[in-house]
Amino acid sequence: MATTRILEWLGRLYIVLLLGFLYLPIIIMTAMSFNASPFYQLPFEWTTDWYASLWQNDQLIAATWNSIEIAIITTLISTVLGSMASLALYRYDFRGKKVLQALLFPPIAIPWLITGTAMLIFFFGVGIGRGLVAILLGHVALALPYVIVVVSARLQTFAPELEEAARSLGANQWQVTMRVTLPWIMPGVIAGGLFAFAVSFDQFVVSYFLSTPGQTTLPVEIYAAIRKGFTPEINAVSTIIIVVSMALMLLTARFFKFGGEK
Amino acid sequence: MAGVQVANVSRSFGAHRALDDVSIDFADGGFYALLGPSGSGKTTLLRQIAGFDFPDAGSIAIGGESVERVPVEKRRIGMVFQNYALFPNMSVADNVAFGLSVRGEPKATIAMEVQRALDLVQLGKLGGRRPHQLSGGQRQRVALARAIVTKPRVLLLDEPLGALDKALRVDMQIELKRIQREIGITTIFVTHDQEEALTMSDRIGILRDGRLVQEGSPEEIYDRPQSEFAATFLGDANIFRGDATGSGIKLPDGTTIAASTGASVPAGAKASCAVRPERIRISPGAAKPDQATANTLTGQISKRIFAGNNSTYFVDRDGQTLKVIVQNTGAERLAEGQPVVLNWSPDSTVLIAAELGEPRGQISGMLSRKITCSRGW
Repeated sequence: MATTRILEWLGRLYIVLLLGFLYLPIIIMTAMSFNASPFYQLPFEWTTDWYASLWQNDQLIAATWNSIEIAIITTLISTVLGSMASLALYRYDFRGKKVLQALLFPPIAIPWLITGTAMLIFFFGVGIGRGLVAILLGHVALALPYVIVVVSARLQTFAPELEEAARSLGANQWQVTMRVTLPWIMPGVIAGGLFAFAVSFDQFVVSYFLSTPGQTTLPVEIYAAIRKGFTPEINAVSTIIIVVSMALMLLTARFFKFGGEK
Repeated sequence: MAGVQVANVSRSFGAHRALDDVSIDFADGGFYALLGPSGSGKTTLLRQIAGFDFPDAGSIAIGGESVERVPVEKRRIGMVFQNYALFPNMSVADNVAFGLSVRGEPKATIAMEVQRALDLVQLGKLGGRRPHQLSGGQRQRVALARAIVTKPRVLLLDEPLGALDKALRVDMQIELKRIQREIGITTIFVTHDQEEALTMSDRIGILRDGRLVQEGSPEEIYDRPQSEFAATFLGDANIFRGDATGSGIKLPDGTTIAASTGASVPAGAKASCAVRPERIRISPGAAKPDQATANTLTGQISKRIFAGNNSTYFVDRDGQTLKVIVQNTGAERLAEGQPVVLNWSPDSTVLIAAELGEPRGQISGMLSRKITCSRGW
């Protein structure tokens, strides 16, 4: 009895330590974004000045909007292209299909540093150079495999007779896709889209390689700001990002649970 | 609504000949069963008629219009799938409405037709449910309503009752038959269940290894099978093999079997005879009665299975086990190990010309003759 109790207690302690390890830095940062002292001095004095001054920081605001814009466009493009690619891989057999499918996975594993370098060289080679367009193209390329993997996984649970049934009722290929197949894979498409958004919005390495001083994204701008000198404004903007990211992850979790339902 | 003509259709998948020169005429308004073991090509044939797959050779016509290169969505057919294939993201009513909706019918028409179809399958009140909230039998009905609401020219059913339990299956057989009669639609249904084929259809086509073995009414095929396969696949049959005598066959041991139905086989050729177990009379006795001529055999009961309304006797005779089914009339029952005399009428004996395992050419030659002879039904 006693040992069971001790084990139970240790287990709880472990969970507390684990959560502390994960969340303490974030909690401290969030707290500091509301602390008056710019040098992390205690006692804690409540203020929202840093959020107010963040509002005055045009560079940071511009970078934030760039990030949001790029993330949304990346999500739209990679979700549409990725879902179409998944459908094609699901429906058709063609030469080199296996090779193509196998080639989808390595980009996920290749370090972003290397991908970023390669993209920089490539974009200069083809004349696109650096800037927001280059960042957008880079993000779409990074996000595509994630979307294809997630949507394809969902398609594995699709019953092909449903498409046949729809066709036997007179539906053409477009109607079959829009009214039968797409509704079924929608949870996968949304989850893939959230992945794409996260890959783009959180992207630092590749964005860093492809940005120019005027055309940059939020993570790159934060990094630049920290190098110039740390201000609690960074805490403020980071807190906002954390809130947005966590909301997205919770949404993703919800849609993945959706995927498990019948 | 329309008849379906399948003429000389062949289809191969790689080296496998799934359909080999199959011709069947499905008359308008008929209820037709395609019966065969798995791998016999019955589903492949149904998919050719549906238009999911196209034949390598041969032609398919629906209502006199050649369709063998027309894709399924343009064929105006209705199909019920083995696992129902209801759209999980739609309500029952939306499932049924699908075919009308993709055609762009006005909303009011759709609502009216859907309700009529649901009423026909006795699910009028369940339109708002989701497929996963329905029982197997109800899903089956929804699938049927969805297939017929578009007023297709022909209704195709792929083992539609396969997933239902026995009691429900019998209910659905009756129900399906009622609905088919009510709307008078040409119906082709695939099954491996011989009882289902016998009880439901006007005509049966038996397939084996991609070929049509025999085609006819249930009574015709049961009473006059043209091959050992047809005789044993549709119902039970005792098969005797020997040499044709002109009016029957002579078994290797000299016993003669007289047959007054079936093929005419020239004397001396190899032939077989099929006798249904319920047509054989069984009586106790060790030796043949003196006056007995043909169709009398002796044997010993090796096993008896009592099934309430009837008993099945397995009778051993000269290395062969014969099956005899006797109705429970209250008469004296025979015991296992007892010597018996078996006797049956030549009218109950079917002479079969071509034995199974003979070269393909001969059988298909025989079949094509049969098909050209058969009139419309």
